[in-house]
Amino acid sequence: MAATVPPTGLSQQAAPLKRLTGAARGDQLFRLVLTICAIVIPVLLLALVLMLVRGAAPAIARFGLGFAATKTWDPVAGQFGAFPMIVGTLLTSLLALLIAVPLSLGVAVYLTEFAPGFLRRPVAMVIELLAAIPSVVYGLWGVFVLIPLLQRAVFPFLRSLLGFLPFFQGAIYGPSVLAASIILAIMIMPFIMSVSREVLLAVPNSQREAAMALGATRWEAVRTAIIPYARSGIVGAVILGLGRALGETMAVTMLIGNRHDSSMSLFAPGYTMAAAIANEFNEAATPMHYAALTYVALLLFVITVLVNAAARLLIWRVSRGGVSGAKAE
Amino acid sequence: MTEPAPRMQTTNLTAMYGKFSAVKGVSLDFAPFQVHALIGPSGCGKSTFLRALNRLHEMSVGGWVTGTVLLDGADIYGPDVSVIRLRRRIGMVFQRPTPFPTKSIYGNVAAGLMLEGRRPKAELDAIVERSLQRTALWDEVKDRLHTSAMALSGGQQQRLCLARTIAPEPDVILLDEPTASLDPQGTQRIEELVFELKRDFTIIIVTHNMQQAARVSDTTTFFYLGNMVEHGPTTQIFTTPQQEQTEAYITGRFG
Amino acid sequence: MNRRTLRRVKSNVMVGIMASAVVVAVLPLLFILGSLLLRGASSLSLAFFSQLPVPAGETGGGVLHAIVGTLIIVGIASLLGVPIGVGAGVYCAEYPGSRLALVTRFVADVMNGTPSIVVGVFAWTVIVAPQHHYSGLAGSAALAILMIPMVMRTTEELLKLVPNSLREAALALGYARWRTTWSVMLRTALPGIVTGTLLAVARIAGETAPLLFTALGNQYLSFNPNAPMAALPLVVFTYSIGPYEEWHQFAWAAALVLILVVLVLSIAARMVTRERFGAYRD
Repeated sequence: MAATVPPTGLSQQAAPLKRLTGAARGDQLFRLVLTICAIVIPVLLLALVLMLVRGAAPAIARFGLGFAATKTWDPVAGQFGAFPMIVGTLLTSLLALLIAVPLSLGVAVYLTEFAPGFLRRPVAMVIELLAAIPSVVYGLWGVFVLIPLLQRAVFPFLRSLLGFLPFFQGAIYGPSVLAASIILAIMIMPFIMSVSREVLLAVPNSQREAAMALGATRWEAVRTAIIPYARSGIVGAVILGLGRALGETMAVTMLIGNRHDSSMSLFAPGYTMAAAIANEFNEAATPMHYAALTYVALLLFVITVLVNAAARLLIWRVSRGGVSGAKAE
Repeated sequence: MTEPAPRMQTTNLTAMYGKFSAVKGVSLDFAPFQVHALIGPSGCGKSTFLRALNRLHEMSVGGWVTGTVLLDGADIYGPDVSVIRLRRRIGMVFQRPTPFPTKSIYGNVAAGLMLEGRRPKAELDAIVERSLQRTALWDEVKDRLHTSAMALSGGQQQRLCLARTIAPEPDVILLDEPTASLDPQGTQRIEELVFELKRDFTIIIVTHNMQQAARVSDTTTFFYLGNMVEHGPTTQIFTTPQQEQTEAYITGRFG
Repeated sequence: MNRRTLRRVKSNVMVGIMASAVVVAVLPLLFILGSLLLRGASSLSLAFFSQLPVPAGETGGGVLHAIVGTLIIVGIASLLGVPIGVGAGVYCAEYPGSRLALVTRFVADVMNGTPSIVVGVFAWTVIVAPQHHYSGLAGSAALAILMIPMVMRTTEELLKLVPNSLREAALALGYARWRTTWSVMLRTALPGIVTGTLLAVARIAGETAPLLFTALGNQYLSFNPNAPMAALPLVVFTYSIGPYEEWHQFAWAAALVLILVVLVLSIAARMVTRERFGAYRD
């Protein structure tokens, strides 16, 4: 190494300044190790995409993009189309949002704006605990507690009340699209709540005070000053919840009934992409069946990436402060 | 009689942030065992200049330097220089106290010493005690040396940082507005210490407080917009400044 | 005056509605924990922790194999995932403007949102298919992939909270850069990083989907990570969809054990950082 040869210009006194090769090498080694760790993450994602594409290649070659619009799923005949499970995935996730969003936002707003101090921490903790419960436990509870309850009380009531709509007609099964949606709603609530709570906490106090100073009631302050300010962050929280719902596997698999045909009725069983993979992957008998399931995984991956990217973008915008909604008001 | 050789010497020192020069071609000599004050309005480059003296400037985003800086005649930006050894010979104390939160009071003072390999415990104890005594902190903390440094007051923390800096016996101490975050009492104690410590160290202090510069320093340099405007004995700068800008600044007409 | 009262009433009604939303949202947790205790606790005994499952139709038996399996699978996943996650997080905090840091940060966010079942398919394709057998190791790999981005993001966020002045103080004292990062920055952020890591461990310990086609499950006690291995979440799943009443009972008890593991980890995580950075918040 060049470092071992002292340059002529250095005086006797400066000798102690001479390079410590050990320390420099330590820095280089440290940076190298860190760089390798940092590279692992993109490499993993790249490998994931590549392997999914490679695994799905036979199905992509055979069915093309029409895969997503075809209804038949017949492993024996080698015919595969993912339309019903894509619909099932979107339907359960949207229904879950429909139930979870108003509730979570209500809780988030109440906790940040109205709740008495002694309530805030315990409730926030309960919400965090809800988020920590494993999916399979939700599934277990759904199968043995929620479904009997729905079957005996809630579904008949809904049918008698809303039976004129095609969604609430037909035979009542236990495992069903609606049951899966309800369990999904319970599961994504904590996420939407905690993210929107953070967004609401980031709203500057001056917003609240300004509205109150104008004589607004507490609710009016929330509606006119706080929600508009936090709007895009809240939308981000909701989309983040959607991303989780789309990819959620175990609880849905256990509650949706896993049937390929799609009926209009929410009381009927259905299928989601994640559930199809969970159920059939180990039993797939033909290479094409594997390929088709991997294709489903690839599609699911693409959908969740898009949804999450949208959510991050919105949350990122609000956390940077400049929110268009606030200026418009 | 001959002037002592300068401890540090800069020649045409320019410090850049990317394409912006924060310090423009400054040449200065710092005689040993004196206190040198750098003054000027904020953004004038005095802190950047200071940070170029222990090569901390180059750690900032986009920071780079041209010109030469000599420590006892050796170029600190030379190709074969160890930044680490350099910084062990040039200590620094910052605006806000920076005790290491995970270390005890003792651990903080010993932090720089530990880098030079193992020492007998008795020797370490002696250096720690001496350093704390020289910063007038020993009596206040001797009973709780092994408790967290974060429990100390701001002024105590700053004196602790000074003790940490002098423990390895550097040649030069850089002080970057060391009293900016302290109350008047804490400020006074630091100033007293600076006056004492110049017996053993060469001290370069950046301050926005002109009275402070007048009180503690032997020489004063006035910076403005990255340029060194005037340099001279402190009494001269504050009584008969040669430059109009210097006079305007010290009489409080701007800055 | 009248209008003002109306507005006041409307405000109070809305607040009331939101307060009742809290009740509705908290209810499921109590309901779920209640069910678990009610149905699971009666089957819990020392034997449940120390025995293996019995054949269908018989009562008794335990989940020793699944506890061991979960410990091994999650342990290996953590050994793989924590160092890489922390290392990548340190890289992104130390060289924040570099292109690699930008890419890594973005990709970590993408991976945080990736469904765990997709990661399971990936692990199957990369490990199980070429090896022609299921293994606990493949399960560990899948869980590690889920864990890395979580640990990375927490590490980075917490390092960013450490004031830059500490780094400069260490450098000015003559610390080498690596030593500054290691013994000042990381040491200061350590409690928070431990919390984040424990939360990540708690999350992957409850994951089922990535294990379905990797670890697969096993009826017997196995310490060999290169063979199919049982895990608590898999036991809950398998036994709950089985046809026997005894199995369902068994699933409830296993779920109770699983949730205890997860909750203990989550609560421990929060204890570590009770007073983290209290000194910095000025």
